[in-house]
Amino acid sequence: MERLVKIALEVNGAPRTVECSPWKRLLDVLREDLRLTGTKEGCGEGECGACTVMLDGEVVNSCLVAAGQCGGRVVTTVEGLARGDVLHAVQRALVACGGAQCGICTPGIAVCATHIVDRGLIANRDEASARATVRELLAGNICRCTGYQLIVDAVIAAAREVGASR
Amino acid sequence: MERPAPPVGASMPRVDGIAKVTGRARYLDDLDAPNAWHGATVRSKIAHGVLEGFELDPTFDWSRVVFVTAAEITGRNVIALIEDDQVALVPIGGQVMHVDEALALVAAPTRELAFAAARAVKPKVRALPAVFTIDESLAKKQLLYGTDNVYKQFLLRKGHGDDAALEAAIAGAAHVIEGTYLTSPQEQMYIEPQAMMAEWRDGRCYIVGSMQCPYYVHKAMKAFLDCGPDGVVISQSVTGGGFGGKEEYPSMLAAHVALLAKQAGRAVKIVYDRDEDIAATTKRHPSRVHHRLAVDANGEIVAIDVDVLMDGGAYLTLSPVVLSRGVLHAAGPYRCPVVRVRGRVVATNYPPHGAFRGFGAPQTTFAYERQIQKLANLMNEDALDLRKRLALRSGDTTATGQVLGFSVGTDEVLAAIERVAGPPPVASGTRNGSPVRRGRGIVFYFHGAGFTGSGEQKLAGRAAVALTTAGRFEVRSSSTDIGQGAITIFVQIAAGALGVDASLVDVVDPSTAQVPDSGPTVASRTCMVVGGVIERGAKILRGKLEAWAAEHGMAGRSIAEIAKARGPQGELAEIVQYEPPPGIAFDDATYTGAAYPVYGWAACLVDVTVDLDTYEAHVDRCVQAIDVGKAINPAIVKGQIEGGTLQALGWALLENVVYKDGKVANANMTNCIVPTFADAPELETILIEVPYPFGPSGAKGVGEIPMDGPAAAVANAIEDALGCAFDELPIMPEVIARSRDKWSAS
Repeated sequence: MERLVKIALEVNGAPRTVECSPWKRLLDVLREDLRLTGTKEGCGEGECGACTVMLDGEVVNSCLVAAGQCGGRVVTTVEGLARGDVLHAVQRALVACGGAQCGICTPGIAVCATHIVDRGLIANRDEASARATVRELLAGNICRCTGYQLIVDAVIAAAREVGASR
Repeated sequence: MERPAPPVGASMPRVDGIAKVTGRARYLDDLDAPNAWHGATVRSKIAHGVLEGFELDPTFDWSRVVFVTAAEITGRNVIALIEDDQVALVPIGGQVMHVDEALALVAAPTRELAFAAARAVKPKVRALPAVFTIDESLAKKQLLYGTDNVYKQFLLRKGHGDDAALEAAIAGAAHVIEGTYLTSPQEQMYIEPQAMMAEWRDGRCYIVGSMQCPYYVHKAMKAFLDCGPDGVVISQSVTGGGFGGKEEYPSMLAAHVALLAKQAGRAVKIVYDRDEDIAATTKRHPSRVHHRLAVDANGEIVAIDVDVLMDGGAYLTLSPVVLSRGVLHAAGPYRCPVVRVRGRVVATNYPPHGAFRGFGAPQTTFAYERQIQKLANLMNEDALDLRKRLALRSGDTTATGQVLGFSVGTDEVLAAIERVAGPPPVASGTRNGSPVRRGRGIVFYFHGAGFTGSGEQKLAGRAAVALTTAGRFEVRSSSTDIGQGAITIFVQIAAGALGVDASLVDVVDPSTAQVPDSGPTVASRTCMVVGGVIERGAKILRGKLEAWAAEHGMAGRSIAEIAKARGPQGELAEIVQYEPPPGIAFDDATYTGAAYPVYGWAACLVDVTVDLDTYEAHVDRCVQAIDVGKAINPAIVKGQIEGGTLQALGWALLENVVYKDGKVANANMTNCIVPTFADAPELETILIEVPYPFGPSGAKGVGEIPMDGPAAAVANAIEDALGCAFDELPIMPEVIARSRDKWSAS
């Protein structure tokens, strides 16, 4: 039998402990052990970004992170973006702009876009520069439905809203 | 009396939007199925041969694994579709027709164990020579299908009696432009891989999964399980994209999970790995189109002759109808008195090529819009002016002799592009320190909406609008939301026709146990055809409610109030069947008449920059003006158009499926690439509305049309930039590099 280890981590603000192989993918820990199925698997090799989560505030592909690397660290998934029933500005904008179609890439894009907006990575930029930056920062998240236009619109709209409220 | 805002025409947020942005939407692999086992597929490594048996690795622990072969199939070993030539599992002694064909199945308590078990099965296949090109197939190098390897052929003639008359018309022309156009296979690359689960309860098989067409799966499973319509229930789970890739292929997974679940005595699910999905499932048909365009001295078209060849792969699947659509679009939206189109789709030993957005039309559109641009070059005429001069308009006849009567948006889409075009890009310069050349490409194109010919009449799709006992309304159809917004559109159409707020209308999840067969979710037909049926059902239901209200002292009250009063007395369901528009008839024998009830019309402008150091072509600007009849939900329509446009730009420049000895050599997302945020240009979309009198509020099909035109626009733009022709897709840097001698001098 493979050696199992206990791993304590914080997920979406709550302390969690899982017992699993240290080689288990963070993606599988989230989906199977913690039943947080919002995080999706699209390719299993870090190309599509459907499994994007934040690890200690940085955006990672959870299919490329081993559980053994996660002890004591802070994970935020799509389920952790809203505060109760109040959606994050990025989530509201994705709905309002039509940035989600089939929705399978949407959790990963919502996580990455939240990172962009909350860190102010496109704050104080002109429209063209902000759009180009969003495209660069989201280039690890593939969407096959939208052509990306309405997602970029949504991230820009969310950044404006968050910026205005600061 | 409450007056709800008219829902049709408003960019109402999608009804499934919040579930999708919060991660609450449950796709197949997210469903709670704690006791379900996982299935995996044993596949062929050989493209053509005879299956002689299996060796099971004796060192593997088989005690926790179910192993299933074709011998365990109790019904018919077929995936019933157009023809029943494709097997669910190759039987021992049977022919293996392609690499990665399913030979056997395993199920185990964990996915890892299932995949390990599949690897521990060694199929013994005696290899036969394989067929990997259209020419080898036509030469009958090996006989794979029928007597000539041709799955289907069509011959369409307009304005001439026989080949001699056609050649005479061409011989009399002032100029003949002749070209051969090649297009590559394309992977749909939905981000949710194929996924399906089955469970048997009380002798009935319950199947749920990622799919476009529950009743296609139902039909296939009735044959595979040899059961009646109530013996199997097919339900769609939230589906992470389809684009045609989940039109026919899900029947294969359904057969596999049903068989495994029966043998394992528990629920079994199969979720493909990405590499498996790319390797084994359908692709867009690769094609070779030969086109002759004959014009008189004034540049008027006098004859068009097109020969369409498509590679259908190892089984017939949907190839005849893909070819049909390709043939019917091959002459393009241009006036021409004499047209011949021949089409053939042939058998090879590649995994079957199948449905993908556009469905044959993108291949022939690429050919005719390259030809039309070559005509513009020959005449030294402006690309838009030439198209304005030659384009079909109301009153003109198409290649099948269909007289266009209504909803022809030619002038509107061309004018829209002209309005925003602006000056062409500066021909040469530098970018990031590299020398570049720039160019502009224009195309004009059309796409038949709904099923081809008499397809809709034969299908006779039905949908229902019902008042529930809760006083709310339900739309019931088998048309699935695969991301394109179907359920939101249906809510808007039904609410609009009923005269109630959209929040009063629900769409029932498509399951064959609870919805009528409104047909498959394909062919740009969901909004136009099924939406039209729903609109009519809602109007009839509204009339009945108003009559009831008059009898019960509620005349003049709102429909919402009437529904609240009438609902508790019992459900009132209006089931409506599709009715074709008057005067729409097509002759399948002669391929003449109304090929489609109506067409979408589109024009596209693309500006490119070609880097002369890296040979990369980059799309700087892409504008699509598309006549959609009526945008029921402009934001959703825009999203459809932009998504299709980027798939087309990807097909033009960077998407490719590479086969080696019949196997997909780039079966992963690292090497089988699709455009990212950083690859995509800012997309400009202009919605044109020339109403279709028989569509819901004037709407017609929109799902596929944006896929057809942009690839030719990109090729036209690169030709404009470099001064030489590019007639093969994709136009990768290698292609531009190889043609360096042609363009470096110019």
